[in-house]
Amino acid sequence: MTHTHRIWKVGHDVDTDQLAPGAYMKFGIDEIARHCLQGLRPDFAAQVRPGDVLAAGGNFGIGSSREQAAAALVALGVHAVVAPSYSGLYFRNAFNVGLLLLTCPRAGELEENEQIAVATEQDAPVVVRADGTRLACEPIPGFLLDMVRAGGLLNQLKHRLATGELARHPMKAS
Amino acid sequence: MFHDSSGPRRLKPMLEELGTGLWDRSKVVLVMDHYVPESDDESRRIVRIARDWAQEQALPHVYDSIGICHVVVPEHGHIRPGMFCVGGDSHSPTGGAFGAYMFGVGSTEMLGVVASGEIWIKVPQTLLMQWRGRLRDGVTAKDMALCVIGRFGMSGGRYQAVQFAGDAVRALSMQERMTLSNMSAELGSQAGLIAPDDITLDYLRAAGVAQSELPDTAHWQTDADAQVERHDFDADTLAPQVAAPHSPANAAPVTDYPDTPVQAAYIGACTGAKLEDLRAADRVLRGRPVASGVKLMVAPASLRDQAQAEREGIMARLVQSGAEVLPTSCGACSGYGRSIPEGASVISTTARNFKGRMGSDTARVYLASPYTVAASALTGRIADPRGLLT
Repeated sequence: MTHTHRIWKVGHDVDTDQLAPGAYMKFGIDEIARHCLQGLRPDFAAQVRPGDVLAAGGNFGIGSSREQAAAALVALGVHAVVAPSYSGLYFRNAFNVGLLLLTCPRAGELEENEQIAVATEQDAPVVVRADGTRLACEPIPGFLLDMVRAGGLLNQLKHRLATGELARHPMKAS
Repeated sequence: MFHDSSGPRRLKPMLEELGTGLWDRSKVVLVMDHYVPESDDESRRIVRIARDWAQEQALPHVYDSIGICHVVVPEHGHIRPGMFCVGGDSHSPTGGAFGAYMFGVGSTEMLGVVASGEIWIKVPQTLLMQWRGRLRDGVTAKDMALCVIGRFGMSGGRYQAVQFAGDAVRALSMQERMTLSNMSAELGSQAGLIAPDDITLDYLRAAGVAQSELPDTAHWQTDADAQVERHDFDADTLAPQVAAPHSPANAAPVTDYPDTPVQAAYIGACTGAKLEDLRAADRVLRGRPVASGVKLMVAPASLRDQAQAEREGIMARLVQSGAEVLPTSCGACSGYGRSIPEGASVISTTARNFKGRMGSDTARVYLASPYTVAASALTGRIADPRGLLT
């Protein structure tokens, strides 16, 4: 198992205005991503690397329904968020845009900059620390893991339309 | 239901990428309320996309620049008991006030809904918030909501279905019920339900719903043997509540805030500037000038409510008090406007006071009812409205 995911730490109750500030919502996702977490971690957006993992306190993603709060992390290449709990709405949005959320009661033990491995092959995902400590995460329903693996709901809809499982509707009013 | 921010600008390109269209346009309601009135090139572009797309799709239900979606959609009778609805906005549990199971979703999930007519849901538990007694004069649904959020915190709802019940809830008007259901979002629940009754039906009739389309409310009540997690509250003893920066969960009785000056007072948003909210502010202010150094802003939640408030003389008296009247849109509540002064202590009728939420990273925002916000504007510090009612 390779410990390739570097940890960024943030506190509890990180809200969607921190992740996708309202003032930038009129712009596209790349511009929003440049301001992701600027109030809490001004270094984050510029220095985060693809594959990094955000370790947060409870209630991550509370607030607005704006899915840019999850899509900004995807745009920055964040592999996953590890936190003890999430806003229910953020949880749905994250999987819909292809962001893996690990619900981990012991997420607070993770340290800034440490390298971890993430295993999602089993029913219940596990975060493995460099010293081998295994932090158990709550099980994720298979259909949500499939959604993340597909890169989000949009790709799944594409697939369902292509196979005819989902009917096409007229693109314009007749 | 979706608006200019969450809707067309996101859905149109994704539908085109998928090569499909709306599964049933008669079930879609679009409201332009976030980027109106347009203030710059970006907002003009976003709103133009919404207008063009509404035309191209021949959407039958479009409400452009007439108010905030959570107020305008019920005003036009779209939300009815027993419906299962999604909204592209986190305040969507407002629909629960009508006994509809309504919740907020993001744009990609909304794409799934408009392309397929389907969505998944995890069957929720019911958390019953039972309110006995009756609210005192000057105490509102906003105070009830802040009290519940203060007790359980922002994740207390555990993304389950909250139900508000009891004599104090049954006594609430529809607009007050909408405030209560709306703020179940800040409690972290998925939906905030109130059982429909004659007050619900009267509202729907006034909204133009035909008698033949009114549901049998008896069918949409909680079963007597339903499994619920019950919590009790006493409306008789509830004091006006104020939530300190930067969380709605920092709620405490107004009397816990002695000598707390404010420089701005904001009466706006879907939770604080409906007709009854404007009436409440007017009962405190009655045209009296706000304290020196206080900026009072009023952004009515809908044009219909604003027009009625004008007929009642309320708008003129608010202006006489020194209020600046802002457009009927989401405005400063969503941080899209630029009206909140940097560094100010603000008392606001909105639903959220996260750091930076109202567009200023340095503002400190207190949440309260329109009575309390008006009383604080009048005195220049956080004030109990109960002794100031006219």
